[in-house]
This record gives sequence, C-alpha cells and structure tokens, in this order.
Amino acid sequence: MSTGDSTPRPPDDARHAWARLRRAGSPRPSRSNLLAMLLAASLGFAIIAQVRQTSIQGLENLREDELVRIFADVDQDGDRLSDEVRDLQSSLELLKSRTTSEEEAQRAAQERVDALGILAGTAPAKGPGVLLRIDDPELKITPSIVLDTIQELRDAGAEAIQVGDVRVVASTWFADADGGISVSGSLVRPPYVIRAIGDSDTLAGAMQIPGGVNATVRGKGGRLSIDIRDELAVDALLSVTAPQYARPVPTATP
Amino acid sequence: MIPAIGLALGIVVGLLLQPAVPVWLQPYLPIAVIAALDAVFGAVRAILDGIFSDKVFVVSFLSNVLVAAFIVFLGDKLGVGSQLSTGVVVVLGVRIFSNVASIRRHLFDA
Repeated sequence: MSTGDSTPRPPDDARHAWARLRRAGSPRPSRSNLLAMLLAASLGFAIIAQVRQTSIQGLENLREDELVRIFADVDQDGDRLSDEVRDLQSSLELLKSRTTSEEEAQRAAQERVDALGILAGTAPAKGPGVLLRIDDPELKITPSIVLDTIQELRDAGAEAIQVGDVRVVASTWFADADGGISVSGSLVRPPYVIRAIGDSDTLAGAMQIPGGVNATVRGKGGRLSIDIRDELAVDALLSVTAPQYARPVPTATP
Repeated sequence: MIPAIGLALGIVVGLLLQPAVPVWLQPYLPIAVIAALDAVFGAVRAILDGIFSDKVFVVSFLSNVLVAAFIVFLGDKLGVGSQLSTGVVVVLGVRIFSNVASIRRHLFDA
C-alpha cells in the first residue's frame, strides 16, 4: 500500500479533499502517470477476464474441498431422489394392488354371472357332451321316459341340457301332447334330440346302464342313438321372469 | 483522471476481446485483482491525504500484485493454498474497507 497510517483530520477540510481529488483528476501527462494508467487498464482487463473465467469455470478448476462439497451435495440429492422414487413406487404398488383386487372382484362376479346364466338357462353354453336322439316310430315314448332320461343325465353330471329347442332348467316341466310331448308348454315332436354338456363318457355310460334309458326306449319300440361330441352347443335360451310371489329372504349379515 | 480512464479502457477492451485466462495464471489472477484493487483504493486515499505520488502508486500496485501471487504460489506449494488465499483476501478486504472509510471521512465528513 502506498499511503501511511490514517491520521485524524479536522472535519473542515472536506472542501480541500474535493479540490485535491479534482486536481489529481486533471491530466498531467508524465511517465509515471501513463504507467499508472497502463496499470489501471490492466486491472480492468484482469477483472473482466477473471469474471468471465469464473462464470465459465467447470469442475476441473475447483479445489478439492469444493469438489468434496459438490460431491456431497450431489450425493444428498441422489439420496433424496431415490427416497422419492421409493415412495412413488410403493404408492404405485398400492394403486396396482387396489386395481388388481377390483379386477379380481369383477372377474369373480363375472364367473358367478356365467355360472348362474348357465344354470338359469339365460346364457348359451358349450363344451364336451353327448347328443342323444330318441327315435319313436310308434309314438310310445312318454314324457316320463324323457324326464327319466333328463334325470339320468343330471345324475351323471350334466351341466346344461336342452330337449329339442327347449332349455331344461329347474322349473322345466314335461307333459303329454298330441304328436309328441310338451316341454314347459312347447311341443316337441319325435325324434327327440337331447343335448347335454358334461363329462361325455360318463353321460354316455349312464345311458347304457342295464335297465336304464336305453333299455326302456328299446322296450317301447324306439331307438336311442348316442353321439359323443368334443364340442357341443346348448344354445336354447330362456327368458327369466321375475318371480311373482316368491321373495328373497334377506340373509343375516355376519 | 487518467488512471480512471485507463480502468474504463481496460474494462471495455476486456469486454470486447473476451479473454481466456491461461491455465498457469488461473490460481493467481483473483488474488492479484484483489491486491490491485487495494492499491487503487490506497491511492485514492493518498490523494485525499495529500501524499499521493505516481511513483509510489505504481510501485505499490506492482508489489501488491506480485506479493499476492507469490503468497498463493507458496501456499499451493505448501499445501495450504486455499487457506492462505482466504487469509490474503480477508486481509486485503479489511484494508479496502478501512481505506474506503478514510476516503468517506475526507469527502463527506462522515
């Protein structure tokens, strides 16, 4: 530094100070003044260069402790972000499992609808089964024989049955009719075609029991033909009407 | 006045040329700039004290810059570069502040 120690000055020389500053400002070209100007110019140049350098500085010019600090910052950021990732992932899992359970409930409900539709005869069914054909040239086959056949098929595990074009369900009934039999009010003429879905070998075996359906039909002068199918359609449908008298009893909540 | 014009001229030239600091100069330039600023403020104060001399200014400017650079160089060699740089900046900052305070007392009586 070029100046001496600060000496306390009387406050009245403020005007002198400004005058001195003005006088120093007036151009006095001398060698050292020019040198001073050169130094000041280099100072300005250096300031700008350093400012630019600082603003474009990459990691390679940093000191070790600064690098360590930056590294710690990055590390901390990474920890925080991975925490966030974990949180989001767990909530994603939660949402997924919720969706899955909803889908499962829906699937279970759909399965129930399908099963009930097949039981109630409102849904077409297909699968392995047997196609029975009862020829009755002498018109001696009674509704009870057909009903016995149906019972025998159910006993053998038939899941969906159709006589002629009529689906057989829990409320189906059989009665005599001119030129055939009446199935729930629909006239079915011989030959009676019965389609039953179930284990086809078991169903076919049930028809051949000694003293069973086949024997009865033969005894009446008819002929029973059994056709085992891998794929059989029971596509006659019933329209469900709401019960007029029966009301469901609410089940006690557990 | 002429040094002030020089300072402005240097800033303008720097802005126009967009200089890149050479690698070997990079550790020394910041400290050198601070030291030079200290010399400039000291010179202004000297003017107000009535004891300014161009020669003293030039010499103090150059010696400040060289000593600051040397201290940084030595600090880097001794492995205490960053601490020594911080120390130099603190000392020079204190001096700049005291010079500015003195200038202020001269100019504004406050």
